[in-house]
Amino acid sequence: MKRCKLMYLGALLAALLLSVPEGLMAGEVKSISGAGATFPYPIYAKWASAYFKETGIKLNYQSIGSGGGIKQIRAKTVDFGASDAPVKPEKLKMWGLFQFPMIIGGVVPVVNIKGIKPGELKLSGKLLADIYLGKVKRWDNPRIKAENPKLTLPARRITVVHRADGSGTTWIFTSFLSNVSVEWDKKVGIGKAVSWPAGIGGKGNEGVASYVKRINGAIGYVEYAYALQNKLTYIKLKNVAGKFVEPNIESFQAAAANAAWDKADGFYVVLTNVPGEKSWPITGASFILMQKVQKDPAKARAVLSFFDWCYKNGKDMAMSLDYVPMPDSVVELVQKAWSQSLKDSEGRQVWP
Amino acid sequence: MEQPQHRTRLPAEAAGKGHLLDAIFSAGTRLCGYAVLAVLGAIIVSLFLGAWPALEKFGFSFLIGREWNPVAEEFGALVSIYGTLVTSFIAMLIGIPVSFGIAVFITELCPGWLKRPIGIAVELLAAIPSIIYGMWGLFVFAPFFGEHIEPWLSDTLGRLPFVGVLFDGPPLGIGMITAGIILGIMVIPFMAAVFRDLFEVVPPVLKESAYGLGATTWEVIRSVVLPYTKIGVVGGIMLGLGRALGETMAVTFVIGNADAIEPSLLMPGNTISSSIANQFTEAVGEIYTSSLIALGLILFCITFLVLALAKFLLLHLSRREGVQA
Repeated sequence: MKRCKLMYLGALLAALLLSVPEGLMAGEVKSISGAGATFPYPIYAKWASAYFKETGIKLNYQSIGSGGGIKQIRAKTVDFGASDAPVKPEKLKMWGLFQFPMIIGGVVPVVNIKGIKPGELKLSGKLLADIYLGKVKRWDNPRIKAENPKLTLPARRITVVHRADGSGTTWIFTSFLSNVSVEWDKKVGIGKAVSWPAGIGGKGNEGVASYVKRINGAIGYVEYAYALQNKLTYIKLKNVAGKFVEPNIESFQAAAANAAWDKADGFYVVLTNVPGEKSWPITGASFILMQKVQKDPAKARAVLSFFDWCYKNGKDMAMSLDYVPMPDSVVELVQKAWSQSLKDSEGRQVWP
Repeated sequence: MEQPQHRTRLPAEAAGKGHLLDAIFSAGTRLCGYAVLAVLGAIIVSLFLGAWPALEKFGFSFLIGREWNPVAEEFGALVSIYGTLVTSFIAMLIGIPVSFGIAVFITELCPGWLKRPIGIAVELLAAIPSIIYGMWGLFVFAPFFGEHIEPWLSDTLGRLPFVGVLFDGPPLGIGMITAGIILGIMVIPFMAAVFRDLFEVVPPVLKESAYGLGATTWEVIRSVVLPYTKIGVVGGIMLGLGRALGETMAVTFVIGNADAIEPSLLMPGNTISSSIANQFTEAVGEIYTSSLIALGLILFCITFLVLALAKFLLLHLSRREGVQA
C-alpha cells in the first residue's frame, strides 16, 4: 500500500518537473484566443484539443466569419484573426497586420446529372465560367459535348447553385472564374459575395450541397471535404498545363507547392490557376492574421508555438478531416517571416 | 363615508409604509413603460445612424434599386422588399382562412372531447422553433413540392392567361411560393390560437339568441362573432403578418436566395431578413455593412406601417359603427 502511494507521489512529482519547463517556455500563458474564418474551424478545433492535452494551453476560437476575424484582430480583442481570403499587402501595411497561410483547401465543382459518376464530367475553366454566367443553358450544349465525347448528356436545363452567404469559398471560386474568363471579370468580379448573373443560392456548404443533391441538372461548388463526405459528383477541371485533373489531396498540394510564395509580398497568394501538370486550379489557403507589433511578447510566442506545433504535428489530423497541410517548403518560409516581421514594442524579435 | 374613517384608524406608520410601497410600485411600472419607449427610440436611432452612409450615398434610389452587387458596392433594396412582401402575402392568403377555420371549428363545431387535443396541438405548433420549419421545408416539403405539385401547377395554372406567368417556371421546389407556404404554416398556430381565444369570449347569450332566430352557423359567425371580435381579429392577423415579415431562418432555407425579381412565384427570390442573415457576418466595407443595416431600417418601417395601417383600419371601423348606431 505504502509503496503504491510513494510511487504515485513520485510519478506526480516527475510529471510536475517535466511540465515546468514547458510552462515557462509559454511564459505562463494559459489560453490564447482567435476569431474568424469558418472553413478551417473543424481542424483548428481538433488541433486545439490535441494541443491542450499535450501542453495545457487552451485555444478559444470563435468561427464568426473572416470579416469578423479581421475586425477583431484590428481591434486587438483577440490574439489572432483568421481569414479564408488573403488580405491585400497595402491593407496589411495600413492596419499594421501580418499574415501567413495555415492550411489549404480546395473548392470543387459538383454536379447532379443522372447517369454521371464522380470524376466523369470534364470541364474547362472557361466553360465553367460561361455556365455560371448563364450563357450555357443545357447539359447537351455542343461545347460541353466537345469536351466530353464519350458521355451521353441529357437535354436537361442547367441549374446553377451558388453560396447565398458571404464566404471565403466564394472568394476563391470567383477569383478562379475571373482568372479564366474576361467576361466574368468585367461583369461580376471577385468577392466573398457577388451579384450572381444566374442561379439560386444556398446557405453555407451544406445549403449548396443539399440544393445540388435535390435538383436534377444542378451544378454547384463546395469545399472538398463537403464533396467527399456527402458523396457528391465532383468533376474534373482543366488546369493551366492543359491537363484534366481530379480534385484530391495530391492535386491541392501540388498547387500549393507550385505557387510563388517566396515572391509574394505579405504571403498574398491566390492559389487559383497555379502552373504545374498536377495542380488543381481552384485551390486556396486559409490565413492567420496577427498584429505586427506585439505588446505582450509572451502571448505572441504562445500563439506562434501553437501554430508551430500544428505545422509539425498536425498533418495527419488535417488529412483525417480532408484538409491539406501546408508543404514543408512553405512552412519554412512562413517561420522565417515570423522571426523577421513580428516584433515586440521595443523592436525585438518575438520568434523564436 | 365609511372608508376614510376606516383609513384614519390605521396606525400612521403602517399607512406611511403603504404609501411608500405604492410610490415605489408606481415608479417601477412607470420605469418599465418608459424603458419600452427608450429601447424603441434607441433601436431607431442606431438603425438610422448605421444606415446613414448607405442612405447618403444612394438616397432614394436605394429603395427602388434592383442591383445588389457587393463587388461594385452598388446596393438597392427593391428585390428584398418585393420578396418580403410577396412571401408574406402568400402566407396571409393561406394562413388567415385556415386559422379562421381552425378557430371556428374548435369553438363552435368541435365535439367536446376533441377540443382540448386540437387546442393543445395548435399551441405546440406555435412553440416549434423556426429553424425546424426551415429544415422540414428544405428536406421534406421542398422535394415533395418540386416533384409533385410544381409541375402540376405550371401545367394547369401556368397555362391561364394573365395569372399564368406567376406559376410558370422550372420545378425546383425552392422559391418564393415555397417560402410563402412555409410561412403560412408557421403563422397558422399563432393566429388560430388568438382567434380561438377571441371567439370563446363571445357571450353565449348573443350566439344562442341568433341560433334561436334560426341563423345558420355561418350566419352566427359572420353577423355575431366576427363583429363582436373584429378588433381582436385584426390584431391577431397583424401578429401573424408581423411574424411573416420578419421571419428569417425558415425563409432563408427555402427561398433560394437569388437577387432577382422574377415574375414567376416558382423562381427563387430573397427577403430582407434572409439577405441580412446571409451576408452580415462576411460583410466588409462601410457601404456594404451600412446597406444591410439600411435593409433592417426598411423592414422596421414596413412593420411600423403595417401596424399603423391596422390601427387606422380599426379606427375607421369603429367610427362607421358609431354612424350606424
